[in-house]
This record gives sequence, C-alpha cells and structure tokens, in this order.
Amino acid sequence: MAVAVKKRNVFQISIFFGILTYSNGDAYPYQCIREIKEEYTLPTLPYGYGDLEPYIDEATVKVHHTGHHAAYTKKMNVALQQWRNDPVEGVTIKNTNHLAEKSILDILKEIEEVPQKYRKALTNNGGGFVNHNIYWSVMSPNPENKERLPREPLLSDINKNFGNFSQFVDIFTKDALALFGSGYVWLSRNPLDGNKLLVSTTANQDSPISQRFQPILVLDVWEHAYYLKYQNRRPDHISEWWKIVDWNVVEKLDNWWKDIPQHDEL
Amino acid sequence: MLSAVSASVAESILPKTGALGTLVARLKHTLPDLPYDYNALEPYISADIMKLHHQKHHQTYVNNLNAAEEQLAEAMHKDNINQIIKLQPVLKFNGGGHINHSIFWEVLSPNGGGEPTGDLMHIITRDFGSFDRMKEELTNVTVAIQGSGWGWLGYNPNSFRLRVAALPNQDPLQPTTGLIPLFGIDVWEHAYYLQYKNVRPDYVKAIWNIVNWNAVSERLAAAKQCS
Repeated sequence: MAVAVKKRNVFQISIFFGILTYSNGDAYPYQCIREIKEEYTLPTLPYGYGDLEPYIDEATVKVHHTGHHAAYTKKMNVALQQWRNDPVEGVTIKNTNHLAEKSILDILKEIEEVPQKYRKALTNNGGGFVNHNIYWSVMSPNPENKERLPREPLLSDINKNFGNFSQFVDIFTKDALALFGSGYVWLSRNPLDGNKLLVSTTANQDSPISQRFQPILVLDVWEHAYYLKYQNRRPDHISEWWKIVDWNVVEKLDNWWKDIPQHDEL
Repeated sequence: MLSAVSASVAESILPKTGALGTLVARLKHTLPDLPYDYNALEPYISADIMKLHHQKHHQTYVNNLNAAEEQLAEAMHKDNINQIIKLQPVLKFNGGGHINHSIFWEVLSPNGGGEPTGDLMHIITRDFGSFDRMKEELTNVTVAIQGSGWGWLGYNPNSFRLRVAALPNQDPLQPTTGLIPLFGIDVWEHAYYLQYKNVRPDYVKAIWNIVNWNAVSERLAAAKQCS
C-alpha cells in the first residue's frame, strides 16, 4: 500500500514540473544564459502577450519579444559563430577553455577579453539577449492588481541595504526616471562586496554581469519598452511596472546565482 | 535661418534677482513653432508622432534646460564649482535636445525630398563621390546607432569638407565634434516608434522624402561664412 502511494506522488510531482517547464526545457528565460550553445534560441515567454495588461500592453510585449529580443538573439548567434570560426581569433581545434566556447553568461562576464573585432557586437547583442531574458523572467501577470512584496529573507536584505522596501522603490524609481537615453535599472548583488544588494543603471544593452554583479531584478527603460502605451510618460510606466514584478522569481534568480561558480574552475 | 534657437533666445531676456539681491540677466528658452502643420509630413512621419515629439519631448528639453540654467546661475553666483560641474550632464542633455530638435524641424519639409542643387550638391558630390553615396553612408551610420542618438551630415569648418557623423543621446554636433550641423536624423525611438515600431530602417528610408534641401543649403552657406 505504502509503495503504491509513493509511486502516485512521484507521478503527480512529474506532471507538476512538466507543466512548469517550457519547450526548451527551462522554467524561466534566464536559465539558458549559463548553458553553452552553438546557437541560442529566443526563449518563450512565461505568459501570453496580452497577460501583462493593463500594465504593459499586448502590442508592446509582442514587438518587444518578437522584434527587439529576437533581433538581439539572431545577431548574437551570428557574432558567436563568426568568432568561433574566425581562423585567427577563434578556435581551429575545439578548446573548451577558450572564451568563445563558453556560455553567453561567461562571455559577458569577461567582455573585455572578447577580441575587439567582436566585442561591440557581443556587448550589444549578447547583452540584449541576456538583459531581455532576465526582464521577461521577473514579471508576471497581476490581473487582480494585488499588492506584491518580496518575502524573507530577501525582504530583510532589502531593508538592510536600503532602509526599508519603500525607500528601495524610491531609489530604483528615481534612477529609472533620471536615466537619459536608452538603458536599464538593476537590482543586483555584488559578490565582491559581501553579496550586498545595490541599485545601478546601464546604458544601451550593457549588462551589470560585465561588472561582475549578479542581477536579480531589471526594468527596461528603452522607449520601445513603453512608448506605444505611455508615449513620453515614463513615470506612469514605472509606477505600473512595480505591480507586475514577480518577487518569487526574483528570489529564485537570487538563489540561482548562488549555484554559479564565481571563478573559472576549469 | 541659423535659427529658431537664436530667435527664441532673443525673444525674452528676463532680469532676475539673484539670491544676494544682484540682478542676473537671464535668457529663457522657448519652444519654436513648427514651420508646418503636425500632419504636413505624412505619410512619412505621422501627425501623432510630430505632435508628441514637438509638444512633449522638445518642450521638456526646453523646460529642463531653463531649470538647469537657473540652477547654473545660482551655482555661479555662489561660486559653487562642484555644483557647476554637477550640472554639466543635465545641461548637455537638455541643451543638446533643444538645439538638435530646433534644427530638425527646420530641415524637414512637406515640400522636401528629391536631391539638392547648386553649391550643396556640388560639395556633396565632391566629398562623397555622388549624392547616392552620401545618402547611403548617412543612412547606414544612422540605422546602426545603438540606443538613442542622431545621424548628422556636418560641415568641417577647418577642412571645408562634409562629413557624416553619429552621436549618442542628445550630444550636440558642433560642441562635440566641431562639425557644423547641416542635416540630422533623430533615431531616438520616440521619433518613429508609433509608426514604424522596431523597423528603424524603414523610417530612415522614408525621411529622405522630406528633407528640406533649401534649408540645408542655407545652413551650408551660413556655415561657410563662419569658417
């Protein structure tokens, strides 16, 4: 009797995880960035294009994903392939220690080591790919406009680093408003500074991963992220965006970083 | 017609009492009018975009520039060098934004397009080989801009040559590169997104239909006089 019950539970658990995973086998878009791939695929969103309404409109999510994010993915793959097959800069014999043979996460970490020829293309398109993977992951539908807050232990960390949650929101929002041109606002951990949380910004598709930070929350303030619905009203976009931040995923991402080796262990 | 900027600058000089009771003469910038209706550049740039671009984005640069200049006057008055330096980015963003957009409205026209004539055409042919090659170079450089910025056709007053340049954000051409701006293409997403979405190349291709070559020629003539 006990054995039959155990088997059924395993079966139920498998179904549960089956529903959670997507066609590429990852639960969230951010997960694939540490995988080493010949070619990365545009991740599927964890929700439908219209599911972030009314905070972000369907048309924006669709163009943002199938237009912008897709273009970064494609151009990144081209740059990676060119680099890997470059007779001078790339590898003629497959050498897994070569930076070109690593994951896009590792490549961004050591972006200064990428040959000049490919650095801009990988900063912009590799950055664009990774930044959007994180962006889509940390949002989720909120059809009932419920208040969302981080829970412990992340909430304590936020309080420790920023005073309290509302002060953190203020700091993050101020940075988002003040960012001139195109870029992102990030909440990251700095493993080189006792894993402290910090808010920072990057321009264009630059990634805080290149600064050796571990980003766990991001807001895209490129105009394409909000213009169709909000036009020049960036402040409105920002205040609405807070309602779709998924703190459960932020927490997952925070834990995910803990499993990533800090140093090259090869 | 070097400018809407100088026109708006001349428009109002307000005496202002500084913190210590000293009179500080201040120039207050204003939003220049468009030389045409909001729908005049259709179908190449929609009326919705023109209205937002002018009444919201450009107006904000003007407002923020005025505010920054007030803060600058105060900082100078107090001899607060730290504060003067701190204001530089916001002055560049908003001053550049005001300069760039003031030029932009003038160098577009519902009667534009085609090719230039006269001295401008001669100098383009001389420096690029042909009009089409200049068009291709400016188009490619502009489309390739990462993030927000402008593509420019500029005049080098030292070498007397035309050059194509791309600048990020609202960095103004002349103070940044020394080139005198003749024609510019705004590729901040707000300049085209409502109509062209992510297809920036289509917008840049379309804008060639509304280039006001007369205004560009006048800018060249004025630039030559300065050098």
